[in-house]
Amino acid sequence: MRFGVVIFPGSTCDQDCLYVIRKVLGAPAVPVWHASSKLPEVDVVILPGGFSYGDYLRAGAIAATSPVMGAIRRFAQEGGLVLGICNGFQILVEAGLLPGALLSNLSTRFLCRTVHVRVENPHTPFTRAYHQGQVLRLPIAHAAGRYYAPSPLLTELETRGQVVFRYCDEAGQTTPEANPNGSVHHIAGICNERGNVLGLMPHPERSSESALGSEDGLLLFHSLLLQAEAVR
Amino acid sequence: MSVRELPTAQESLRAPWELAGLTPEEYEEICRRLGREPNPTELAMFGVMWSEHCSYKHSRIVLQALPTSGPRILRGPGENAGVIDIGDGWAVAFKMESHNHPSAVDPFNGAATGVGGIIRDILAMGARPIALLDSLRFGPLEDPRARRMLRGVVCGISTYGNDIGVPTVGGEVETGPWYTKTPLVNVACLGLLRVESIATSRAQGPGNLVMVVGARTGRDGIHGASFASAELDEGRDERSSVQIGDPFTGKLLIEATLEALATGSVVAIQDMGAAGLTCAASEMAARGGVGMVLDLEHVPRRETGMEPVEVLLSESQERMLMVIRRGAEERIKEIFRRWGLEAEVLGEVVREKVLRVSDGGTPVAELPPEALAEGPRYKPEAREPAGLQDFWPLDLSELPEVPPGEALLTLLADPDIASKEAIYEQYDHMVQLRTVILPGADAAVLRLPECPSKALALAVDGKGRYGVLDPYRAAVLAVSEAAANLACCGAQPLGVTDCLNFANPEDPEVFWTFVRSVEGLSDACRALDIPIIGGNVSFYNESSAGPIPPTVVVAMVGLLEDAHRIPRIPSAGFAQEGDRILLVGSGAGSQPPLTLGGSCYLKAVHGQVRGRPPEVDLSMHRRLLRLMIEAVRRGLVRSSHDCSDGGFAVALAECCILGRLGAHVQVAIPEGKGRREEILFGEGGSRILLSTSPEAVQSLLSLAAEHDVPVQVLGVVGGDRLVIGSMNSGIPGQPLLDLPVRDLEEAWRNGFRRWMEEA
Repeated sequence: MRFGVVIFPGSTCDQDCLYVIRKVLGAPAVPVWHASSKLPEVDVVILPGGFSYGDYLRAGAIAATSPVMGAIRRFAQEGGLVLGICNGFQILVEAGLLPGALLSNLSTRFLCRTVHVRVENPHTPFTRAYHQGQVLRLPIAHAAGRYYAPSPLLTELETRGQVVFRYCDEAGQTTPEANPNGSVHHIAGICNERGNVLGLMPHPERSSESALGSEDGLLLFHSLLLQAEAVR
Repeated sequence: MSVRELPTAQESLRAPWELAGLTPEEYEEICRRLGREPNPTELAMFGVMWSEHCSYKHSRIVLQALPTSGPRILRGPGENAGVIDIGDGWAVAFKMESHNHPSAVDPFNGAATGVGGIIRDILAMGARPIALLDSLRFGPLEDPRARRMLRGVVCGISTYGNDIGVPTVGGEVETGPWYTKTPLVNVACLGLLRVESIATSRAQGPGNLVMVVGARTGRDGIHGASFASAELDEGRDERSSVQIGDPFTGKLLIEATLEALATGSVVAIQDMGAAGLTCAASEMAARGGVGMVLDLEHVPRRETGMEPVEVLLSESQERMLMVIRRGAEERIKEIFRRWGLEAEVLGEVVREKVLRVSDGGTPVAELPPEALAEGPRYKPEAREPAGLQDFWPLDLSELPEVPPGEALLTLLADPDIASKEAIYEQYDHMVQLRTVILPGADAAVLRLPECPSKALALAVDGKGRYGVLDPYRAAVLAVSEAAANLACCGAQPLGVTDCLNFANPEDPEVFWTFVRSVEGLSDACRALDIPIIGGNVSFYNESSAGPIPPTVVVAMVGLLEDAHRIPRIPSAGFAQEGDRILLVGSGAGSQPPLTLGGSCYLKAVHGQVRGRPPEVDLSMHRRLLRLMIEAVRRGLVRSSHDCSDGGFAVALAECCILGRLGAHVQVAIPEGKGRREEILFGEGGSRILLSTSPEAVQSLLSLAAEHDVPVQVLGVVGGDRLVIGSMNSGIPGQPLLDLPVRDLEEAWRNGFRRWMEEA
């Protein structure tokens, strides 16, 4: 399984993603330049965290219009796997590849800390290695991560199993205190209806090695390898 | 037309030196060096280059006493940043700088550009920036002005540091009435590089091309260097002297510059920070012993109608000046263009030692680079401040009685001691996947995936509270505390970068405190064998509210060798129930050199800043550092924390809070009023509180004896209360202090955060 990691001007987690996939997961990964309108031969495209185009205008808004996004849209339509982490999630939402919006945190401040996240749907290609209700420790680092969707859409997302991750406390309870940014329904990550595009605010690449305090994020990348085996 | 035909400054202005912020004597010296009078543009160039900020004219002679060399030092002071060899072909570049004046006027932009500037200094050494640290000083947070400054500065650091993708991994904050109108913002940056790719600022090779790269040039920040060299005047609107940063461009500049450096075609490089093009061009030429011929017409601009002098002095951010091999210009331009940045050839290096500047062919200035770069040097009069020693006597019997438990809770909630989580959670401290020990411990520890056998530790320390009372001891304490912080994690200190923050050096009493601080810094660094690889002096930190106290801030980098073999790098929190608690260092003996002089206890509990700060036994301290490094290497340490602000009791409480575990300890309290407080809350000595498994206690005791360091087993980790009992005084069976860890934690967690939330 081959990974492509998109580099937008202002991406800050591109090298981190490349490192984790190559050195920790042991899979091949190539950088993908934002200006190219064609994707290289890859099975998964990752949109990494950072501040693409300085997050000017609105987080992810300018990157959503860059040439590579056209290619990613076609890739996704053909069933290719697309993973947006943090700023990558914001870009996917701005590009319309995922529903809803990501607003400023309720605190209006940037927040970097390790939080607990519950796996709500272990049946996506990104979550096969997890089990239902598993509580993960994953770091967040964002200023605009408050997921919002109007209630009819929320109901649809919930019934179709598109809510993949939810903020919770250590025991797996979704309490207001455990919601770091004020997201509706405590949503930390969602997928599209087809399940091949996932966006999440927490950083799985920052929790892929015990030296950094948690390996819970690595299972997300492992899931993709399992998916590849299953498809084969 | 030649420069000589233009009207001289003398002819066009009255007292021209005043406009340039220079003295009549300095003007005369300029005329002597040039053999003629300067024209107004040239005088303006001298004005910024001979400002305190760029020339260090009042500090340079005193700074010569600092120890700056060592076997690992590859570049010391005088370059954009110091560089230290860490082995296996890798090196680190390290530098700290102040951005006090801009932050006082515009906290957000002042702090943000402080971050941007120090990052470019590291970049100029050819290093990838991998960590930031900040040392901040504000007025008492009860004052809404101080809180406004705090929020603005933190937001500025957070915005710039986060956006640029460099983790902010540590820092410290101190509050005091002296800093209400003159906050201090000192930012340190660490970069990683291969030894063979160290870049230089020395321009070389006549015929090589001079390029300006990065952002376009505008009118912002003109005279920033001169502004930073004077006292703040509330009557003037000085916001135009503050630069505006763009971290997005800064991030692109990092990537494009590292890519350009990797081509091997860059001969020399320097940040265009204070005094902009004038400073970069004259310093690069002077260091290389060459000249430059530049045409300002080629400088990409963001506004029209700029005068040549504005282009020369602009402090627009996110720009670098490079000398590149002739013929490589298209390749370099291509790299910067791909990252959406400007890159233009301004001129070339010439053999003749002259900086010849024109604008579209019209001559503007023609000056010897070293005349600009080598400003005057002064050794002002120094006189011990009258009445300084009157603050030293301390009569503990005069202090009102405060129960120890109450005092401990007050101390834990004091903004100087309380958790700074409300600040560092706003900083991305994890990007780049290196941060093994996160902010909040004694030192931040970074792993190096490029070189897995090594890890780096970073700490920053300094206390204005001590500086008020004894600047020499304050400097010694800053160095020794930073070194102890590193040793707690098992790191060997490698080098120091410092920010020396003072008021007006032309005041003999201020200058005396500067001289004594540098002596303290020098003595401590020599005794501990830690070279000073660079730093910065910030004078004129005073306002209508008065001067700041001498504030020496020390950032230190340390190395953990064979980091991959260390079973566990200890952090500050207790790790396991049943572990034994030990106190190692000089405070553990029967006659501890502890004192409440200058202590946080006196300040927070009794509202007094008085007494004499503690003296450090530096040879003892050196042995303590060695002991800790060895103990961590052997895996004997489960947790470790140095005793600093608030002394032993606060350190113990923090170990409990961070480990979410209680502790039972016994201490000996000598007879006499105030001695109990001295033992619990006294500061000084070289003391580290550590925990270890019961099986490892004997090994630690032997190791301490081998290193000739006193050690005392104090008690056991466990339960959910902190209980400090006395071996020899008080009511039998009644502890000195017994508090639930939950209460300690609440005081400590909210003590600072409440001010962050308050309007």
